[in-house]
Amino acid sequence: MGCGVFRAGETRPEHPAFPLPFGKQVTITSEFIVEPKNNHSISAVKFLDVNRYFGEVRAVDGVNLEVRDGEFFSMLGPSGSGKTTCLRMIAGFDRPTAGQIFLYEQDVSRLPPYERSVNTVFQDYALFPHMTVGENIAYGLMIKKVPRLEQSRRVEEMLELMQLSGMTGRKPAQLSGGQRQRVALARALINHPKVLLLDEPLGALDLKLRQQMQSELKAIQKKVGITFIYVTHDQEEALTMSDRIAVFNHGRIEQVGSPAEIYEHPRTPFVAGFVGVSNLVSGEVATRITGRPEPFSIRPEKIHLASQEENPGEDQYIVDGVVRDVVYLGLYTRYMVELEGGGDLVVVEQNLRTTSMDVLQSRGQPVRLSWHRDHIRRLGA
Amino acid sequence: MRSKSYSGAQASWGLKIAAFLTLLFLHVPIWIIFLYSFTPDETTYTFPLPGFTTRWFGVALGRSDLWSALTLSLRVAAVATLAALVLGTLAAAAVYRSNFFGKESVSFLLVLPIALPGIVTGIALRTAIGGLEIPFSFWTIVIGHATFCVVVVYNNVLARFRRTSGSLVEASMDLGANAFQTFRYVIFPNIATALLAGGMLAFALSFDEVIVTTFTSGQQTTLPIWIFSQLTRPRDRPVTNVAALIVILITFVPIFLAQRLTAESSETGESKSG
Repeated sequence: MGCGVFRAGETRPEHPAFPLPFGKQVTITSEFIVEPKNNHSISAVKFLDVNRYFGEVRAVDGVNLEVRDGEFFSMLGPSGSGKTTCLRMIAGFDRPTAGQIFLYEQDVSRLPPYERSVNTVFQDYALFPHMTVGENIAYGLMIKKVPRLEQSRRVEEMLELMQLSGMTGRKPAQLSGGQRQRVALARALINHPKVLLLDEPLGALDLKLRQQMQSELKAIQKKVGITFIYVTHDQEEALTMSDRIAVFNHGRIEQVGSPAEIYEHPRTPFVAGFVGVSNLVSGEVATRITGRPEPFSIRPEKIHLASQEENPGEDQYIVDGVVRDVVYLGLYTRYMVELEGGGDLVVVEQNLRTTSMDVLQSRGQPVRLSWHRDHIRRLGA
Repeated sequence: MRSKSYSGAQASWGLKIAAFLTLLFLHVPIWIIFLYSFTPDETTYTFPLPGFTTRWFGVALGRSDLWSALTLSLRVAAVATLAALVLGTLAAAAVYRSNFFGKESVSFLLVLPIALPGIVTGIALRTAIGGLEIPFSFWTIVIGHATFCVVVVYNNVLARFRRTSGSLVEASMDLGANAFQTFRYVIFPNIATALLAGGMLAFALSFDEVIVTTFTSGQQTTLPIWIFSQLTRPRDRPVTNVAALIVILITFVPIFLAQRLTAESSETGESKSG
């Protein structure tokens, strides 16, 4: 992975920059501060050269990472990229082959799960089937021998926060997917963990419910002010909820940054392709457009589509081509443009004035593509 | 057979008769034993009964050889079942939880004793006991029985483990429970009914075992061996029937209870999926 520092155009000096252990400068923006009591200069979780091998397979390969106190942090990546293994190592279900993991400055690399003050929301929720909702939620308190009266008081509190009032006596089997999800969340949060780990908790829900739970999760996180570490392969989910995102690939971190940074300034071809849709341009085509052979990425929505007579300004990159394919998607239209002299680009345009009739007729038409010079992202090797 | 919907539809007459005949086939021999426990005629099976008497119960009560055989069988079955519960659960946990070299072979070797003819297990144990010069005792019978009792517990518990979500254990540890607490509050309640069913089966298997026992008991007499030896004494036949009746009662009650227990838990326990 590229380990250079952010270029000047990407750092914003008006915000404090935090040095990361692997030499990156990442900025934060003001919307990260969810509650004044959270101190972002405190690291909640820190990975120091963490490796985890399963035989020959390097599931986690030299990861350095710092999650700050009180932030909503996502680990994003395809399956097998090492994000879940990282989460399991924070929880204590797995131990690093080499390297150290710190939880609020304490080295927890060798501690068993029950000696770490982190709690997990599991992908399959892992509710205890033989216990009622109330017993499930109170489990952590029961183990800690909290007095019964306080147990039931805190369970009630949790049920209210999760909008589960009146469900105390039910068994998990009698709940819907969304309710189970909330019980699992309540069962973890009641222990006031220092860090809450969430392992693709919304994966089993349908789209509507998932979107609703996304905003609920975010709201709950703001309310309780606990550091959330959220594992997902869904880039939209990560962009929606996170304060910061780490993009994983092949056991390594490709990039860490705010959703906007990750989306607007992808630093590797992988990030550009995995987060959102991107045109990756390299080699001869890149030279023809920009005059330099460096590969770059350009988002489809940044490209302007016009007739070949039009002459865009000096600050634009220009390339001519022919529309090969048109997909009308209601809100917007996706064009596949074959460039003169080879290569193609995907262009997305909102249907502000055009109708489906108009756009479908553009098939086979010669067009001129242009975009602002600032909108391309040069990608390191 | 005509196909009908599963719910509410009446079964055809043919099916009803078939079911009735099957029940007769299974239970008539048991009724015969029940019936002839009350016959005054001690040597022959005549029907209808020449009279009605309960004196064989008194005779049976007075037979100390019957009672010592019965208590020996109960003690052996209880200890063998207990050993099977502990060993079978541990073996199932090991095979389910961890991956080790030769795991499949271990699983196969555990199940083998129940597939092996009892006579082979018996002669093997006899040779081992003789070779090591171990005197025949209560414990040699228990060891013989444990070989096949472990299997039924192992199978039951392993099946339950496979149906239970693996993350339950992790969830429990995550919420602060150590290994012991996790076993007590999460694993045990989830496998309890499997242990009960496996234990019942192990007990029943041990209680009526004859073949392996003849090789490992020496001069001791368990109840099945006692009943077997009674065949050569036709005058004691009603006493034998009374003994058989006691066995039926001893096995009926726990199996009836176990069925009710497992039926209840399977109604509420099917929450693992989803």
